[in-house]
Amino acid sequence: MAQLQTQSQSQAQAPLAMQGTAATAGLPAGRARRKQTFFDRFLRHRSAVIGASILGFMVVVALLTPILVNHDPTIATPQSRFARPMGDATPPATGTYFFGTDNLGRDVYSRVVKGSQVSLIVGLGVSLAVVCAGTMIGLTAGYFKKLDSPLMRVMDSMMAFPGVILALAIMSVRGPSVGNVILALSIVDTPRFARVVRSVVLSIRELQYIEAAHALGVSSPRIILRHILPNCLSPMIVQATFVFAAAVLGEAGLSFLGVGTPPEIPSWGQMLGDARNFLTQAPWTMVAPGTALMLTVLGLNLLGDGIRDLLDPRLRRQG
Amino acid sequence: MSRYIIRRVLAAIPVMLIVTTTVFTLLYLTPGDPAGVILGPDATPERINELRERLGLNDPWHVQMLRWYGKLAQGDLGDSLSVSNRTVAQAIAERAEPTILLTSLALLVSLLLGVPAGILSALGRGRWVDALVMFIAILGVSMPSFWLGLNLIYVFAVSMRVLPLAGYQGLDQGPQETIRYLILPAITLGLAQGALLARMTRSMMLETLNEDYVRTAWAKGLDKPAVVIGHALRNALIPLVTVIGLSFAVLMGGAVITEQVFNIPGVGRLLIQAIGRRDYPLVQGIVLIIALMYVLINLAVDLVYGILDPRLRQSRA
Repeated sequence: MAQLQTQSQSQAQAPLAMQGTAATAGLPAGRARRKQTFFDRFLRHRSAVIGASILGFMVVVALLTPILVNHDPTIATPQSRFARPMGDATPPATGTYFFGTDNLGRDVYSRVVKGSQVSLIVGLGVSLAVVCAGTMIGLTAGYFKKLDSPLMRVMDSMMAFPGVILALAIMSVRGPSVGNVILALSIVDTPRFARVVRSVVLSIRELQYIEAAHALGVSSPRIILRHILPNCLSPMIVQATFVFAAAVLGEAGLSFLGVGTPPEIPSWGQMLGDARNFLTQAPWTMVAPGTALMLTVLGLNLLGDGIRDLLDPRLRRQG
Repeated sequence: MSRYIIRRVLAAIPVMLIVTTTVFTLLYLTPGDPAGVILGPDATPERINELRERLGLNDPWHVQMLRWYGKLAQGDLGDSLSVSNRTVAQAIAERAEPTILLTSLALLVSLLLGVPAGILSALGRGRWVDALVMFIAILGVSMPSFWLGLNLIYVFAVSMRVLPLAGYQGLDQGPQETIRYLILPAITLGLAQGALLARMTRSMMLETLNEDYVRTAWAKGLDKPAVVIGHALRNALIPLVTVIGLSFAVLMGGAVITEQVFNIPGVGRLLIQAIGRRDYPLVQGIVLIIALMYVLINLAVDLVYGILDPRLRQSRA
């Protein structure tokens, strides 16, 4: 699992990794060359680079939030309600409202910057949880024939609920909090991930080298972890990127409906939910959170598509 | 074929059982007391307890569930606690029209946009058409539906004032009005699915265009439309049937958000209301009906698939 994370992280930061590759030139030639070709291909893949850059930008914004905000994102200033973008604050408040203020006089710019944190935390949390749970279920179902049918039946049943509705039902049981959003979206996204892992395992387990491992008396856990899991990594990384994107969208959707992140934590979906009620008075309040949300999801989708192109040998041949 | 049908139907039964049990258990675990909700904040503990007894809320979990199953078998979903004087089935039926129309229109939008765009993209592979269509498609997939909806409202209802801001007019007022109210919601809901369909149609088409029988069709001198539509598309569409079945779940879920954006009094908004008012039976009923519809639609899709693709029947029989 640790291997997977470091790999996907290093891909997310590919533009930075270029210096890293140059630095590894002193390593044994074979290893250095293999790495270089992957990053070379990555850097030549336009959408992968664009996606990684957008995601990298959002990560930087989330990390530097305390420096970037110029107002407290949660404090309401009644005297400056519905300030237009680039408007100056009414005294005693100070500073410029780059993206205007909302119905409570909260600074939209600072809230959008702060909102990146919740989006990324939920995305990361959900994709980690889904990767762990989905991999375990997928490996078990794919490898042990007896467990396949019951496990997949349960997964099918979970997929019978439209994601939003299952998440809504879980949130209504657990109440609004960031942890519960992560829990609800993880439950929603796990079955699909498990299906992907299972289908890869099913195709690998019939291969000759697995048969050879069996013949040599290698134990099942060892076959699964040493021989099957590494071969599932490519589709898993791709799928994890899409889970991340779906989780960011899911959190925004739940918060938009008012059952996601609690009101005191700024989130893009929640801001859009507020903006909806004041669309005619203050249309600017929906611009920044919507754009940020779409860019983040677009970045993740571009990155996922890019990694899939790069890792899928069939597509590679076709150029 | 009949063995295939029986197998598919039998496979759907455990799914339905797990679905219904999950729905019941989930809502059973919800904190908050429906008796307290019905009687309001001034009710005395004695009266609350009396009502809990009458509603059967004091019985153990398995007794409540068996009773629920017993009623379910007779088509009785219970009474709604928040919609006055309505059974759950009635409350849902009253709100069904806008949701059914919205999801069907959205599916139509996604098919009309997605399939031609995918074909166009596959035929112009590697050229600017392909790049443009695929760029729009990935934008469509990444666009949060509610944000798209807000933008559409702003452009068409607030600025240009050509379409209504929000709300719904029933079919009894004439289908034209209904469509005027549903056009923006249907685009909002259908666009992302259309983008997804475009991507899938493209890859299916690319696959079938490389098949031997397509080469044969070219070789025997058929013109382009005959090859593309008659041979490649026909086979590419088979897997798309499955995708349409799956689209239904996505659209039903998305409808909750879309109805909220456009203030449409459909099942989705009813669900949000029911959650807010802790109307257990109603939430259960809605989630259950949607999940069961999904299972049935996918069963139907599987059967259609079996008819379209004889290989499938044999391999699984």
